[in-house]
Amino acid sequence: MKILVCISHVPDTTSKINFVNGDAEFDKNGVQFVINPNDEFGLTRAVWFQEKQGAKVTVVNVGEAETEATLRKALAIGADDAIRVNAKPTDAFFVAKQIAEVVKNGGYDLVIAGKESLDDNGGMVPGMVAALLGMNYVKSVIGIEVEGNSAKIVREIDGGKETLSASLPLVIAGQKGIVEEKDLRIPNMRGIMQARTKPLTVVEPVAVASTTRTVKFEKPAPKSAVKLVSPDNLDELINLLHNEAKVI
Amino acid sequence: MSILIYAESAEGKLKKVAYELASYAKKIADQTGDAVTAITINADDVSTLATYGVSKVLKVNDDKLKAFSAKAYADAIKQAAQKEGSKLVLVASTTDSLYLAPLLAVGLEAGYASNVVALPESTSPFVVKRNAFSNKAFSYTEITTDVKLIALAKNSFGLAESPVSLTEENFAPALNDADFAIKVESTEKVTGKVTIADAEIVVSGGRGLKGPENWGMIEELASVLGAATACSKPVSDLGWRPHSEHVGQTGKPVASNLYIAVGISGAIQHIAGINSSKVKVVINTDPEAPFFKVADYGVVGDAFEVVPKLIEKLKAFKAQNS
Repeated sequence: MKILVCISHVPDTTSKINFVNGDAEFDKNGVQFVINPNDEFGLTRAVWFQEKQGAKVTVVNVGEAETEATLRKALAIGADDAIRVNAKPTDAFFVAKQIAEVVKNGGYDLVIAGKESLDDNGGMVPGMVAALLGMNYVKSVIGIEVEGNSAKIVREIDGGKETLSASLPLVIAGQKGIVEEKDLRIPNMRGIMQARTKPLTVVEPVAVASTTRTVKFEKPAPKSAVKLVSPDNLDELINLLHNEAKVI
Repeated sequence: MSILIYAESAEGKLKKVAYELASYAKKIADQTGDAVTAITINADDVSTLATYGVSKVLKVNDDKLKAFSAKAYADAIKQAAQKEGSKLVLVASTTDSLYLAPLLAVGLEAGYASNVVALPESTSPFVVKRNAFSNKAFSYTEITTDVKLIALAKNSFGLAESPVSLTEENFAPALNDADFAIKVESTEKVTGKVTIADAEIVVSGGRGLKGPENWGMIEELASVLGAATACSKPVSDLGWRPHSEHVGQTGKPVASNLYIAVGISGAIQHIAGINSSKVKVVINTDPEAPFFKVADYGVVGDAFEVVPKLIEKLKAFKAQNS
């Protein structure tokens, strides 16, 4: 089985979000970039398939040279090789087109992405990849088993979960649950050393017209101060929630 | 021209988000001089959509669509949009609609913006305001394609009545085997419990509650308020509560009317996930807890004393106001 794991290069969850160039661009200054957490859960599951079922795991990112550190980290976690599509990821459709091209050329059986990235929160790239290639697609995946050509997938639904079956090739959008938090791997020294010599191929993008464009960013307006209510006067809290906030 | 909305239903009954979406679409339609058409899938009574400005409903009734299939649903909506010549298609931010939307975008060759929180900034060029960076910022996104797709963020617009007369039309989209290639084997669903996705009010507990055995009062507070229960990431990592209750940046997003955080300090990742909630209340012993900086109302006090008292007072309040 050939698995492709899509890796987004995103600001660490603790990052302060600021913008530069007249609020047109994200301020990368002092920001630590990481593997998108939803992608890391999927990557960890892919490495499990590699160890238990002999799958080959390739990671892909659409980004400029700076994202290679993130791809190397994915290699250190256990991926066999990496592909970087050398382009600025202008919008989700552009990224999906690039990944679809990589999938087509590489003949992957299973494409794993995160259900959304923590920077753009679009939640659309894996679905678009599947649609572009006519592959089966399952979102919000919290479990997957593969046997031969068929997959059993557990998907989170509102108030529960459902078990699905589908044949490969397949695109899934994973999240926490596909592996548990405790299963995530911190790369060890051996992994880091090996990652340095694993193949990282840079390919040039295919031409795609973007379908959306970010005009500018804006930070939320500062919040007014909290109204404190004494623990001995909870009637006041209920009064505020009922008459002022009108939420109960 | 028409603006097309996918008005979602469950067990034949239209969801509240369908009316919100209709209200939103009607506001845009009034600006652009268009009319609002809705497509429904296996919904029984759709006449109520007229109250919120929908002048035409394409009713799909097909037993094959009883179980949700993202591909089949996307196909049906795509064909409805093409039939109507819709240049703007709108979906809600439900689990199912967000699942099918990227498939629909590719099918319609539409630029797609999700997490949209307000009416378009302008319709020509078409610019929308959306949540980005996990609710830590907004992005103004221009959709540059001829056909445009928007997913309206949860609880971001509200209901606005605008009655019109409505025509209903049966619609039978052409579906193929590939639409049903993914088979549902089994479904496990908790019944009789409010889900975080649908909840108007969410009551959430953190590590300050000291252990899973103390969740009784959280459940009770939630039940008095008709709320869903949720928890912070450490609580789900420790196994005190199921993952499905974990809310925050790497868990579920919450966009409820009221979010009550008990014993949650308010890590930046947690706040990012719940920040779309309209009103936030924090109960915490530590007045320095970061949650107080983002909350609307706060109680500095011991949850083990405050919550039981609050439950009693809310019960009395409910008894009086029901």
